[in-house]
Amino acid sequence: MKQLIVFIKKEFLQVFRDKRSLLLLFGLPIAQIVLFGFALSNEVKNSKIVVVDYSKDAVTSQIIRKIAASKYFNIEQSMQSADQLQAAFKKGAIKMAVIFPANFALNLQHTGKASMQVIADASDPNVATTVVNYVTQIVNSYNGQLSSLSAQPLQIVPEVQMMYNPQLLGAPNFIPGVMALVLMLVCTMMTSVAIVKEKELGTMEILLVSPFKPLYIIIAKLTPNLFISIINYFIIIILSAVFLDLQVKGSLLLLTFCSILFILTSLSIGLLISIGAKTQQAAMMGSLMGMMLPTMLLTGFLFPVENMPIALQWLANFVPSRWYFIIVKQIMLKGLGIASVWKETLILLGMCVLLFTISLKKFKIRLQ
Amino acid sequence: MQPVIITDKLTKHFGNFIAANELTFEVDKGEIFGFLGANGAGKTTAMRMLCGLLTPSSGKATIAGFDVYKETEKIKRKIGYMSQKFSLYDDLTVSENIRFYSGIYGMNNQQIRTKTAELLDELQLQSEAKTLVRELPLGWKQKLAFSVSIAHDPDIVFLDEPTGGVDPVTRRQFWDLIYHAADKGVTIFVTTHYMDEAEYCNRVSIMVDGVIAALDSPSNLKKQYATDNMEDVFYELARKAKRKAD
Repeated sequence: MKQLIVFIKKEFLQVFRDKRSLLLLFGLPIAQIVLFGFALSNEVKNSKIVVVDYSKDAVTSQIIRKIAASKYFNIEQSMQSADQLQAAFKKGAIKMAVIFPANFALNLQHTGKASMQVIADASDPNVATTVVNYVTQIVNSYNGQLSSLSAQPLQIVPEVQMMYNPQLLGAPNFIPGVMALVLMLVCTMMTSVAIVKEKELGTMEILLVSPFKPLYIIIAKLTPNLFISIINYFIIIILSAVFLDLQVKGSLLLLTFCSILFILTSLSIGLLISIGAKTQQAAMMGSLMGMMLPTMLLTGFLFPVENMPIALQWLANFVPSRWYFIIVKQIMLKGLGIASVWKETLILLGMCVLLFTISLKKFKIRLQ
Repeated sequence: MQPVIITDKLTKHFGNFIAANELTFEVDKGEIFGFLGANGAGKTTAMRMLCGLLTPSSGKATIAGFDVYKETEKIKRKIGYMSQKFSLYDDLTVSENIRFYSGIYGMNNQQIRTKTAELLDELQLQSEAKTLVRELPLGWKQKLAFSVSIAHDPDIVFLDEPTGGVDPVTRRQFWDLIYHAADKGVTIFVTTHYMDEAEYCNRVSIMVDGVIAALDSPSNLKKQYATDNMEDVFYELARKAKRKAD
């Protein structure tokens, strides 16, 4: 035990002595958050919109008045036809268009239902979702008024169309994505490099000849990385709460537990890479190419996994960050509890145990 | 003199390849034993078996009285090792390296402090105690690495080509350290490619194609092969090798 402490001390000494990597380790999450943070604005006021009214009846004008009264919208102009819309969107002159088809009030009275069209410029997905939500709220409250006045149920349905970017990439998704990416990268890279460095230096042989247990070597190597990664995790949580006003809605304890699980999984992957790699560069490349690409592409925060070809969806199941990403979204953004993430947590736990066991076994084989 | 390394027909094969074939020899306490052979002759395999890093395929061996099959953990406490690669942490200081290597052998703080002072004194590195190892010249690093490998007072120290790439003057100084350790009763088991170093050993063995082709004191070997230098002895034997060097 005392030997282990000596070793862990030495690991911390080495980590904290290397100022450049430290800067990278802690700079990476901060840079990511700041980068994404500036692209993110939470409230959208005075958005320029266009209203096209083919019906021009009492109901449509009431709704238009409500929209115009809202602080969120500035009705730029009232267009006579939808043809002009395309040009206005292309120029970026408007964020959203609201279109009432002909005979709007008539339809509402006869069928109890009428549809209006809402088109948003989703090249900025965050703004698009926000403005669409505002207008939907306005229509919904108007629906409420209608129902209380009329005997039969009346309903106006806004049909939303996101232009340019129907999947609404990015937006609040990015924080869970950044967490998965940063933790995965930092953990695998630090661990694989730290162990391969010993091999390169020749110090590993000395350690193997010493009475120091191989399991202790692994523990000593993982401890500082676990420590740094947990700090990184809290940096991300705090930064997103302070600067992006994105608090953890669910249980922080549960999220922390799942994050540590994910960190341990990533550390095990780093361990595996280090067993295969002979040089620090190979370990670095292995971590970057082997982990960064799948993490970016198959996690689901850049491209939704559901829309991928079956083969890729299948492959994505083997990427730990995919499951972690789901967990973080559920807990952090939706505020759900263990009941909705137990499956993903279990998968992550399984991966962690499996990877760690394999790397431990492989590591021992190398000694023989 | 009691032998501290005893091997009897020690053999290791990897599949069909016999890396070390029926090695039988003894090394006495305090002896400087040179372990020579061309690249690929099986030196490293033999050394790894003796260190407990590799399980032999057959044959017997005891190191410091412990069996290489069953008591590798006990062997590890009794031996020191210095590899051909430079084996200190260059991002730690001189004293941090000493503290670390002594620490993983289970020495307590008091022992480590005493040892550190002793080593720094012996190497005259007191003023460099807080210097990062990467800033030391290679020769100093090599000497420090050797001192660190015997910091836990092992019975035997295995040196795998310890002087590779070092200038002749430093090599000479390095051998002074080896003699000093041997005088204190540490058995030295050393592999080398330098034939002048072979002359410094009490006895040398020369491995060819996995077997020990010759084992005697340098002077006897030279007599036997009717020459006045070890180089000729080595070439004479190594020439017969059929195996390709790797």
